[in-house]
Amino acid sequence: MIETKDKLFGVVDLNARFELTKFKPVRAILKSRWMPLLPILLNLFIFVIILLAAFTGGYSAGNYNFGIMIVWILWWVLLMMMLVPGLSRAWCMMCPFPIFSDWAQRTKLFDVKTGKLGGLNFKWPKKLSNMWVMNIAFLVTTFFSGFMTVMPFATFILLGIIILGAFIVGLVFEKRTFCLYLCPVSGFQGLYSQFATVEVRRKDWDICKNHNPKTCFVGNENGYGCPWLRTPFDFQKNTYCGMCLECLKTCPYDNMAINLRPPGVDLLVETKREPKGLDEAWKAFIMLGIAIVFYLAFQGPWGFFKDMVRGATLPGYLGYIAFHATFNLLIIPGVFFVFAYLSKRLSGNTDVSLKTIFTNFAYTLIPMGLGVWMGFSVGILLPNGSYILRVLSDPFAWGWNLFGTAQIPWTPVLTGVMGYLQGAILIVFFAFAVGYGWLLAKQIYADAKQAKRGFVPILTFLTLITLVFLWLFVG
Amino acid sequence: MMRKKVVLFATAALGGLCILIALVGIATPAAAESPRERFFEIHAKRFDYTPGTIQVNQGDKVTVRLISEDVSHGLYLDGYEIKTSAHPGEEGTLTFVADKTGRYTFRCATTCGEFHPYMVGYLNVEPNSRLWIFALLTVGVALCSAVIVLR
Repeated sequence: MIETKDKLFGVVDLNARFELTKFKPVRAILKSRWMPLLPILLNLFIFVIILLAAFTGGYSAGNYNFGIMIVWILWWVLLMMMLVPGLSRAWCMMCPFPIFSDWAQRTKLFDVKTGKLGGLNFKWPKKLSNMWVMNIAFLVTTFFSGFMTVMPFATFILLGIIILGAFIVGLVFEKRTFCLYLCPVSGFQGLYSQFATVEVRRKDWDICKNHNPKTCFVGNENGYGCPWLRTPFDFQKNTYCGMCLECLKTCPYDNMAINLRPPGVDLLVETKREPKGLDEAWKAFIMLGIAIVFYLAFQGPWGFFKDMVRGATLPGYLGYIAFHATFNLLIIPGVFFVFAYLSKRLSGNTDVSLKTIFTNFAYTLIPMGLGVWMGFSVGILLPNGSYILRVLSDPFAWGWNLFGTAQIPWTPVLTGVMGYLQGAILIVFFAFAVGYGWLLAKQIYADAKQAKRGFVPILTFLTLITLVFLWLFVG
Repeated sequence: MMRKKVVLFATAALGGLCILIALVGIATPAAAESPRERFFEIHAKRFDYTPGTIQVNQGDKVTVRLISEDVSHGLYLDGYEIKTSAHPGEEGTLTFVADKTGRYTFRCATTCGEFHPYMVGYLNVEPNSRLWIFALLTVGVALCSAVIVLR
């Protein structure tokens, strides 16, 4: 953990931690090999139903399809509103997709296989050991959002590609290479988990320093060396920690802990092992841009744009892809670059590179983006959540009524206050972005006066982007 | 030095004023123009309403004629929680008093195809105090933050 004297909003001690694993029953549960196997198996069962429902649903309208509703309403909203901001990468912990490659590598599902793992165990190229592939993978996936989120069979294909991809990559490359560098869902979770209120960290550095070999990295009879190829004894931020709990099992000193912490602490972390990078910055831009494009397409009244997104005509669809890619990869970063440049000019600093200013301030878009996606998710959940009750009772549309909810009609909930909720969420996360923006300014510019002047353009950008989203949500 | 203090004070005052106006705005219903009767003909076609946005003033008595141009469509109005439906050759009608201000989404209430959940339009009931309240809060927070940082 990096100690900081700074306080968020001048009052929140960023070094404050509350160790959840200090409670013996909690630690015992997390150290058991049933965790996270049990939630994974439960999720596997749910995803088998999702896949079956998505396959049998074919090309029909997806609003009464179990696969569409559970994936794009329940799972997505849970992910953005609770799992990532609250529990970091808890979804990765219970994700069922890599279970087959884990099984193939380990030849065991429950017990620990010591020694070399199966598969070809190739190392992932160093040049690609970052978020760039995931950035592109996620962006390309969103090209098809006009099909995936509405056509069951398209969701089946997407999930099938991810499951198959995880398996094949797991056979060729070592451990969880797929989760680390390829999974489209992994990138934004890694990015936004930096804002999460939970972390996995070592407790006492002296214990780790004198402990050889580092069993959290190499593994022992109690668990595997970090499947995410990290060094848990040295974790500083959540980005690439999949919360698989192996390090809690392999540490003979119980020196790994799960802590509650103030949200967003990782945004200030800058170490040699976990540096701030353009890949993460672009992930933040892409997520913000996609939120705008998705809002225009799915929650806006512009029919011509919907026709483009759903591929009503080929030229229209290609136009959408071109606009979507340009907007996310060039326009949003370009606008931000102007404000980063103004920050440098206004600060009067000549020592810090423009790239550093641009990259480091981009981390303010993590709370901003998370707030925007929460607002967007509210706009999906409240009008459409009632579909979930219906599909739970009749997942395959075969006329079942398992829980007595199959006949519940579509009933939008609390849509009259939806705008207030979205606006309030935006303001709260805008405040977090501003608070961290100022702390980042003090990190970037060593001189206090330069930091003050350099912060003003970033504050302006954050204010403008908040106003844009306010206009989208309630304007 | 004196000039900087004046600028900071003015900025803080402006920020505080923005927040104050926003908070007062939440508590006070906005004044509306004198109510009128308004008629709208909305054409529904997969997956689009024409016009996509309709604008009225608070207190207006609004009548919407929903005309389907292809398959069956519906129109559910968020916030007002009322709906109608239209089928080819059979119009739907909705009459209500626009007593709630702000922007409300109306959405298709009859499954009309794969993009059905995204078939939406907007009803703007002026004055849209919600937008101004949140915008003023945002600007107020920004100005106050600037003062706290720059002081």
